Amino acid sequence: MGDVILTMKGIDKSFPGVHALDHVDLEVRKGEVLALMGENGAGKSTLMKVLTGIYKKDSGTITYEGKEVEFKNTREAQDAGIVIVHQELNMLGHLTVAQNLFIGREFKNGIKIDDKKMNEEAKKLFDRLNVDIDPTETMSKLTVGKQQMCEIAKAVSFDAKVIIFDEPSAALTEAEIEEMFKIIRDLKKKDIAMVYISHRMDEIKVITDRVTVMRDGTYVGTLITNECTKEDIINMMVGRVIYEDPKTVSAVPKDAPVVLKVEHLNAGKMVQDVSFELRKGEILGFSGLMGAGRTETARALFGADPKESGDIYINGQKVTINSPEDAVKAGIGYLSEDRKRYGIVVQKTVAENTTMATMHKFMKGLFIDKKKEEEVAQEYVDALATKTPGVDQLVVNLSGGNQQKVVIAKWLTRDCEILIFDEPTRGIDVGAKNEIYKLMNKLASEGKSIIMISSEMTEILRMSDRIVVMCEGKKTGEIGIEEATQENIMNLATREIN
Amino acid sequence: MANKKALSKLKGREAIVVGIILVMVVVFSLLSPTFRTYTTFVSLLDSSYYVALMAIGVTFPLITGGVDLSIGTGLISYALFGGYLIVHQEMPVAVGLIACVIMGTIFGVLNGFLVAVMELPPFLATLCTCMINRGIGSLLSGGFGISWPSALSSDGWFRSIFRINSNGKILPVGIILILVLVLVMNFVLKHTKVGRYTIAIGSNKEATRLAGVNVKFYHIFAYTICGFFAGLAAIAYSGTYVTIYPGSGAGFEMDAIGGAIVGGVSASGGVGSIIGTFLGVIVICLMKVGLPFIGLQANWQQIITGLILIGAVLIDVVKKRKV
Repeated sequence: MGDVILTMKGIDKSFPGVHALDHVDLEVRKGEVLALMGENGAGKSTLMKVLTGIYKKDSGTITYEGKEVEFKNTREAQDAGIVIVHQELNMLGHLTVAQNLFIGREFKNGIKIDDKKMNEEAKKLFDRLNVDIDPTETMSKLTVGKQQMCEIAKAVSFDAKVIIFDEPSAALTEAEIEEMFKIIRDLKKKDIAMVYISHRMDEIKVITDRVTVMRDGTYVGTLITNECTKEDIINMMVGRVIYEDPKTVSAVPKDAPVVLKVEHLNAGKMVQDVSFELRKGEILGFSGLMGAGRTETARALFGADPKESGDIYINGQKVTINSPEDAVKAGIGYLSEDRKRYGIVVQKTVAENTTMATMHKFMKGLFIDKKKEEEVAQEYVDALATKTPGVDQLVVNLSGGNQQKVVIAKWLTRDCEILIFDEPTRGIDVGAKNEIYKLMNKLASEGKSIIMISSEMTEILRMSDRIVVMCEGKKTGEIGIEEATQENIMNLATREIN
Repeated sequence: MANKKALSKLKGREAIVVGIILVMVVVFSLLSPTFRTYTTFVSLLDSSYYVALMAIGVTFPLITGGVDLSIGTGLISYALFGGYLIVHQEMPVAVGLIACVIMGTIFGVLNGFLVAVMELPPFLATLCTCMINRGIGSLLSGGFGISWPSALSSDGWFRSIFRINSNGKILPVGIILILVLVLVMNFVLKHTKVGRYTIAIGSNKEATRLAGVNVKFYHIFAYTICGFFAGLAAIAYSGTYVTIYPGSGAGFEMDAIGGAIVGGVSASGGVGSIIGTFLGVIVICLMKVGLPFIGLQANWQQIITGLILIGAVLIDVVKKRKV
């Protein structure tokens, strides 16, 4: 194994309310591929952004080629030879391949940009990497795989000594991944160091030399890939202590009636043949890593996105849901993960938000019955213990947890029997979280049925009666809360797909 | 033959617009004998100069995904400022011309600053400067119209940039200037950094920033080009019309923006060409000049312009859906 080229030591970074990185260490050697693993929010991407100057670290040192460095922006990092291949492709769709490769450092001929020379240089680069792409093609016309190759080629063209791959394979087909691995092996021979962030255990095994694991913003440890098993890595990823008591027994009787049955739901790449049942009074947790297709499943079920096929039964009756309107009529409510964007109108009052989905109930002829609206809103404020000075308060002035309660009230006015909570406590502080949990439990005990999508393992284990695990658009398993552990959930969430 | 070659060089959208122009000319000419006269041709060109200049400029903010609504009242405000210096302060005409361009450029920088640095929505930022401009114009002129020197006076030389009276025959030479500027700005948009980054910002601003491009600078630059051309448009307007009235100018920007959109500039940014914009302006001006000849007055023009714009934007939207 080569010499150490890059060392990060004691890197610390906080955002308002979040300690994103807590004295993290990382060491990368020449000619190796280092896997960087961890759950959602473990801090992998943040660490890489600190390295490449996108974020400024609060403390710690970065040593690169024997010298301490601190890059102010990606440009400086690039010039020094550290390049990041982003998770979302950072492509300018309207420009050509060559124009994209050399954006920010165009060849010039006087004041004219020398497109001819750029095309030639791009061609040389692709030849060197054995990639067949026409530099004059418009970027948006390439397949995602080819676009990814361009990103890698771009990284190489900076004379990169360290290349960071942030989930490079997420959107690629098997063949494209194979092609990418060929390039990575090539780069290894050229003594280039690579950091490879991925959730796919099988890829880690094939392409990486060492594995560094992070958890909740801290460094856990580093293993030699050949000498460890998948279970070793998972144990490191999830080995946290759960402070709040996980649910150990489900209160839902085994023979409770099935209120919702979804069969063979298909909607694009992110929802493939998903089937599950939801029982009355049950909280069904949906677990999985980022991009597992959980939100997409919920949106397809709710009619927010078109589905290709699949049957939905409510209380045994087959229903057709082609729009959110249909879903609401069928008694399904959906609380979006992006509350501010889809859930509430922040510049309106608590009362107006509460009745927004049920306007027709509050009409007196042509006019809105303000008094009735406020009475009903007050009922829900009391029932949900929403902290607000009054129902005429603008929602924007409420805390995240109380905003969430307003959204819940909105769906309750519609008499929804099935509620889908997508990341119900995202952006909500700990105290308010507990209240939302209590509220969800109360709703379930009153006979409402809940689907809860959550990326927080602790939340899944604390709340769910049963857990559906998804991975890359497929349901990979279902576990009753009695058997559920962090390990077996993570095992399903990272299962290799053949 | 040479024409055919030039035509085949135009891209799909531009070829369509050329086709529309030809159809319009043929239809108007068939329906109205007075349309197919030299005088109409000249007045068509006269009315197109300032729109074309505004449109060339506004193409840049449009391609970044923004817009500049201030160019219409701006044009009048700059022309009043120039006229004020010449008529009321008795300064040389050249000073008035330069003042138009400088004031336009300053407002361009201001718009760019509000959008790129203060991060105001372009629609809002330029709506505000639009109103400010209208106020400045009225203040400068004291509410009265200002007439730049006439073509007959010795100070009227600037009018011959746009039209030359040769033995009673009027030569619309302004079109040469416009064509040169179209070619120059087409080059700027396609082959220089400024143009490349304008497109890049409209395509994916964050990605452009991450590529190490000084996005704020180029974003401001796009609006500055727009302001500069609004200044030139003020000169063209002063050179072709007799009197500048404060309070007018609102709505001019819509002709320019409409022309750019008809010419294939994407309202969501990233796509467009100066040649397309120029052709789009011809469509808009043909309609304004041509429709009265076939008995359709101003109200109809607006309705038809609106419909054409919907058509142009629909092409854009449908194309996107396919991708």
